[in-house]
Amino acid sequence: MKKIDAIIKPFKLEEVKDALSEIGIEGMTVSEVKGFGRQKGHTEIYRGSEYTVDFLPKIKIEIVIADNQVDAAVGAIIKAAKTGKIGDGKVFVSPVETAVRIRTEEKGDSAV
Amino acid sequence: MKRILLTLALIATAAFGTFSSRADTSTNTPPPPPPPASVEQRLESLEAYISNGDPTAPLKDTNGNVVVTSPIMSSLSNSTGSTYTYPGPGHNAWLLTSTALVLFMTLPGLALFYGGLVRKKNVLSVLAQCFLITGLVTILYIICGYGMIFGGTGDMTKDWVKGIVGDPHVCWMFANVTSAPNPNYSYWVSENVYAMFQMMFAIITPALIVGSIAERMKFSAILVFMTLWMFIVYFTQGHMVWGINGLMNGCWNAGAKIHGLDFAGGTVVHMTSGWSGLVLCIILGKRLGFPKEPMPPHSIVLTYIGASMLWVGWYGFNSGSAVAADVIAANAFTTTTIATAVGSFVWPMWEWVVKGKPSVLGFCSGAVAGLVLITPACGYVLPSGAIWIGIAAGTIPWFFCYKVKGWLGMDDALDAWSVHGIGGMCGAIMTGMFARNAANANMATNLKAYVTDTIFQPQLKEQLKTVGVTLVLVILGTIVCAYITKMLVGLRPTEEVEVAGLDLAEHGEEGYHS
Repeated sequence: MKKIDAIIKPFKLEEVKDALSEIGIEGMTVSEVKGFGRQKGHTEIYRGSEYTVDFLPKIKIEIVIADNQVDAAVGAIIKAAKTGKIGDGKVFVSPVETAVRIRTEEKGDSAV
Repeated sequence: MKRILLTLALIATAAFGTFSSRADTSTNTPPPPPPPASVEQRLESLEAYISNGDPTAPLKDTNGNVVVTSPIMSSLSNSTGSTYTYPGPGHNAWLLTSTALVLFMTLPGLALFYGGLVRKKNVLSVLAQCFLITGLVTILYIICGYGMIFGGTGDMTKDWVKGIVGDPHVCWMFANVTSAPNPNYSYWVSENVYAMFQMMFAIITPALIVGSIAERMKFSAILVFMTLWMFIVYFTQGHMVWGINGLMNGCWNAGAKIHGLDFAGGTVVHMTSGWSGLVLCIILGKRLGFPKEPMPPHSIVLTYIGASMLWVGWYGFNSGSAVAADVIAANAFTTTTIATAVGSFVWPMWEWVVKGKPSVLGFCSGAVAGLVLITPACGYVLPSGAIWIGIAAGTIPWFFCYKVKGWLGMDDALDAWSVHGIGGMCGAIMTGMFARNAANANMATNLKAYVTDTIFQPQLKEQLKTVGVTLVLVILGTIVCAYITKMLVGLRPTEEVEVAGLDLAEHGEEGYHS
């Protein structure tokens, strides 16, 4: 089992969700985060005060899937989330030790 | 037969009357009741309702005593000690409405305007401070504040000391303030209504100061400071400018030493609060993290709602200051609308030109600035003057927010000084330039030599003097109040409290649960 953390631009969420759904991945956890990489922030002006806001809003998608689905999932995410401009985001893959479905107490691949 | 008997009875009564009055010269008889007013006198009293004149004038003799009875006379006395007529329904209705409108300016107009501008963790502190001030000032005002600003009897045109400081004993605990008008301030509006109307001004003025010291002054310090400030600064300034024997009441006090004009509070409300805010924010110091840490408004939406409410409520503030539903109120309504709308247009235009983007906060600030600048002028200038005042409103306070504040480097959190302090001062000065006799015939009574219908008329100099006295009082008064407060309870919260936010630490509440 592997965990995929994908940081994407917020307006790409629907596309990525649909792309994952097409390859059979239905479950995910989504959170609203802030961050930056190479993308510069923006400037806000309130009366005389000018602020450079470095942190940009992003969406983080977390999915845990079987090893044999990882390549397809990463590919689907990248294809759906890419705009070609700076700030598209990143995908991280890390190993997962165990997964348990709470309702049935199934373990392992059948739990994801 | 009946008629003959009636006539006989009348003759008998008259005879008995004259007989008994001749016979009783040795004992004390009550004086005969005053004769009823003639139809003509009664008609003239009613006509005074339309022209906002004195309804008792047609009923008086050459010594100024009312010598006839008229249904228009009520049984109520006012705080000057004399009975007076009933209030005029239309004029009273407008002032009742205006009073509610001015309260609306504070709750929730100003509360939301300021509340949206602070960070989320401090939004409740602003709301709490506005409500605290509402109750606190009401109590002080009822105890002795009204009397200190407006109380007084007899000829008080020329008393030097009484012209500066009002008398706290007059109207103590609001005694003698009834529904009868007090002709010192209005012929047709109930004195209690006028008092309540003015109380709303007394409430919003300290609430404006919150704008300068937002997010970093303890609740207890605000309670103590505002109590002291009302006595030392507000009641004094209000008395000097609006009291019937006020030192600077140019329009109504023939014996005024400075012939100042301030229709609805450019000096009393805006200069006092704005410059007080400046002094206080210098004494308090900057917010932790200012200016490096971004502290953008947490909700421009709330600020927009608040600004819009301020505009609507301000009609009561400005037009209600005519203390009548008359031609002057009508003109004040017009000039207020023009200056505000022009100000709200000009400010974002400057932003567009200089910064590249007109902001919603700019629209709100421009409108408020327009309202501030037209406040002292609205009842004295013509619509043409209001346009210039609106342009100045969108330009001068904007420039102070955009550049001067940065040069000075102090943390006037919500720009109370730039908008109210500087704006009020500009408005007061421009009142001197644009006051025109055609706008307000009352000026001719005491200001004929000063308002000569030109830009650089002598009234301009009187306004500069008024502004000067105001500045001295406000700056010195605020320093005194601030240091006494610092001694008694301290001014700033601890670092932890300021960083965590005032809402949780001082009020035990969170504005939003996300």
